[in-house]
Amino acid sequence: MLDSTYQSRERKKAPLTAIEREFILLTQQGLPIVSRPYDHLAEKLKLSVAEILAMSEDLLERGVIRRIAAVPNHYRAGYTFNGMTVWDVQDDVVKEYGALIGRLPFVSHCYRRPRCLPEWNYNLFAMIHGKNEQQISEYRTQIKQLLKDVLQTGQHKSNDMLTSSKILKKTGLRLQKKKD
Amino acid sequence: MDALDKKILNRTQRGIPVSEQPFADIANELDCTEEQVINKLQHMLDDGLLSRFGPMYDAASLGGAFTLSAMQVPEERFDEVTEIVNAFSQVAHNYKRQHRLNMWFVVACESQDEIQAVLQNIEQQSSLRVYDFPKEEEFYVGLYLPV
Repeated sequence: MLDSTYQSRERKKAPLTAIEREFILLTQQGLPIVSRPYDHLAEKLKLSVAEILAMSEDLLERGVIRRIAAVPNHYRAGYTFNGMTVWDVQDDVVKEYGALIGRLPFVSHCYRRPRCLPEWNYNLFAMIHGKNEQQISEYRTQIKQLLKDVLQTGQHKSNDMLTSSKILKKTGLRLQKKKD
Repeated sequence: MDALDKKILNRTQRGIPVSEQPFADIANELDCTEEQVINKLQHMLDDGLLSRFGPMYDAASLGGAFTLSAMQVPEERFDEVTEIVNAFSQVAHNYKRQHRLNMWFVVACESQDEIQAVLQNIEQQSSLRVYDFPKEEEFYVGLYLPV
């Protein structure tokens, strides 16, 4: 009984326990859309539904699960345009402004990444999505406006938007079953 | 899609409550029945309007190493280099983008060492430089697509 009882842990970056890995393997393809979606998990993992719910809460709190949600197909929802906007932001304020940009509703990912000088002077990446070219161009202008005081111009001048012209490969990232 | 479909999709994109009967909770909020929420979501999933339904995992928390890499590929070699890069099972996504650096791909591996090995291997096979842009800090991941 002990080893199958889920116990919430303090540390945020705690490694996954065996039972958590099992939970992830069982849910990464999705959750059944039924009245009591956690019942079959409880049964498979030999835990109570309350314990499964506690585990879900804990994984959410630790950021392992970002959210439990419906994920629309971008294209089917009409969001067929995306642009990777990249910005050369003063290093001492990139954290603050990155958080600001990340909160914009049309931004799906926002990261700080290393520069690679002289070829690449950008340190802030923000992926934007829209329904047409004009929309993403307006979104980019909004970001530029927010960053106007902290953009570095210098010899590398403008900031870029790299629109995607073709998907060459797209596979899901999955936790693999451990080969024992 | 009818008005209720839209309400359900917009609501459930933001994350459903953690509870024994989450769809009943959503139905309460939206003033419809649990059965309607379930049927409509299932239909959207079957129809491909939803790409998935369930927990969204932070890949990095699951262990492993990730990076975003880019290459400047001469147009006449584009197909050949695409083949080289895509042949690696560790390459999860690859996009052609309009820029001097015109190929951008995500590499997902078990370890940092494996990442370096894959990138070096791509450089050797293509005789092109691979620029590596690992994530240093994450500000936000997620997207709300109102319908």
